[in-house]
Amino acid sequence: MSIDLKTIKHISKLSRISVDEKKAEKLAGDLNSIFEFIEKLNELKTDNVEPLTSVAETTLKLRSDKVESKNLREQVIKNSPKENEDYFVVPKVIE
Amino acid sequence: MSDITIQSLSLLVENIKSKKLSSSEVTKAFVDRSEKSKELNAYITEDYANALNKAKMFDEKPNLDLKLPGIPMAVKDLFCTKDLRTTAGSKILNNFVPTYESTVTQNIWNEGAILMGKLNCDEFAMGSSNETSFFGNVQNPIDKNLVPGGSSGGSSSAVAAQLTPITIGTDTGGSIRQPASFTGTVGLKPTYGSCSRYGIVAFASSLDQAGPMAQNVKDCALLQEVISTYDEKDSTSIDFKRNEYSKELTKNIKGKKIGIPKEYRVDGMPKEIEDLWKKGIEYAKDCGAEIIDISLPHTNYALPTYYIVAPAEASSNLARYDGVKYGFRAEGENLIDMYEKTRSEGFGAEVQRRIMIGTYVLSSGYYDAYYLKAQKVRKLIKNDFDDAYKKVDAILTPSTPSSAFKIGEKTNDPVSMYLNDIFTVPVNLAGLPGISIPAGHDARGYPLGLQIIGRAFDEQNILNIAYAMEEKINFKNNITDWWIK
Repeated sequence: MSIDLKTIKHISKLSRISVDEKKAEKLAGDLNSIFEFIEKLNELKTDNVEPLTSVAETTLKLRSDKVESKNLREQVIKNSPKENEDYFVVPKVIE
Repeated sequence: MSDITIQSLSLLVENIKSKKLSSSEVTKAFVDRSEKSKELNAYITEDYANALNKAKMFDEKPNLDLKLPGIPMAVKDLFCTKDLRTTAGSKILNNFVPTYESTVTQNIWNEGAILMGKLNCDEFAMGSSNETSFFGNVQNPIDKNLVPGGSSGGSSSAVAAQLTPITIGTDTGGSIRQPASFTGTVGLKPTYGSCSRYGIVAFASSLDQAGPMAQNVKDCALLQEVISTYDEKDSTSIDFKRNEYSKELTKNIKGKKIGIPKEYRVDGMPKEIEDLWKKGIEYAKDCGAEIIDISLPHTNYALPTYYIVAPAEASSNLARYDGVKYGFRAEGENLIDMYEKTRSEGFGAEVQRRIMIGTYVLSSGYYDAYYLKAQKVRKLIKNDFDDAYKKVDAILTPSTPSSAFKIGEKTNDPVSMYLNDIFTVPVNLAGLPGISIPAGHDARGYPLGLQIIGRAFDEQNILNIAYAMEEKINFKNNITDWWIK
């Protein structure tokens, strides 16, 4: 298998990471050598194997539905790069 | 070297409890040594003035019943610390000041310890040499221009150089054990679910665990008993009976069955690693353990599995860094442009690479071929360990396939960098506890470590084996203070 530049552009779009031509070529090289290494898994037959989704063999604990923390508005907004009173500010979305 | 900073955690605790030393004296000694050690670049953020102040307050009203009374310590910069910058080694969190505290660090402060600062690490813990940090390389105190391992490289360097008596790291694929091995220190990765992940910057949620790093096994056991608690704030935290590991520590491991997995004899492994392993087997026998040959047949598939599972989870976890709610933002022409520029400028090359791998293996049409396949192989790897533990109580392996390498030696070849974690990754995939202890030196005098892997929740057993072997090995680290002028 080989990951071409078109695929890199597609993944970068899905990842929301902008890449220029030079970076795309470097990434294609790196990803191809990593996937060559990953392809080793195809040696194994796994048709009848259950996938492991969690090593912690417990069921999720339930807890009572009550409010533990409140009035966190100031804390929530404290680290935002740009805010206006109680709102996060982003570039204009609606024309 | 000051006569305070050479003391182990256990001795410092004893000296503070018997009032031979004050917290202020101890804190000042570690702060002074940290100040003189800037060339190691172990710290990202220093908090010395606050630490000295807290030590003074502790001495005014000392509570000597605590487990870490007035003990200063620095922690990996992946743990959120309230009101102190937490960067995860990334530009994208360069200005992030948490408004809350991680459970693990809170447990430590509750026992009387004092925060000195935040330690360098690979960006988002993605790396094996601390070279992916936005804040630069860390020097290994063993030798100039030698990597300290990673991702907890600032932590391993700081403990080995005695800038902090103990510390905590995180381990997703070997990030505590490999740096411990490279610096001649002890590092424990606990069972998945033992230590809360609340307030730790997430990398791969099904693999991440916090754990102690120390000069010796006893200190490691003491810190583990402090940080391991059940926590409602982490849905994967497990409610099991936790030992007082340091109190129950024993060197009596007579009759314990220790497995030697043949698949860990990998191609191209240096002879000195093979010899170290043989020596380790002899030490274990000397301690009264019984050695049994075992097989973990899917060992060779662990790294490829890891490099699907970990990036997949990382790509999902790191989706939150969008320049909106916190962290770095690059201006863009519109919202999407702002996202793309923020993430392109805010993340380093290795993190971008892993996000891309993760996004690809989870993308439409590839999910079954990669992600589902990896989850199935992960099951086979776990089954290997389950089968082995029917015959043995613990497993002994080398910690790493080599000693520490030079800065820059492996940065251009991601796959050769990934191979560093060949012996540690299977343990994370199976959710088991593993400890690395220093066990010898290579021809250049660089430290080498042995790893003891246990059953889930059986930290006490591997700590005991490590404690018994530590005495026989009698390891001495060669630290010359070359970086202090």
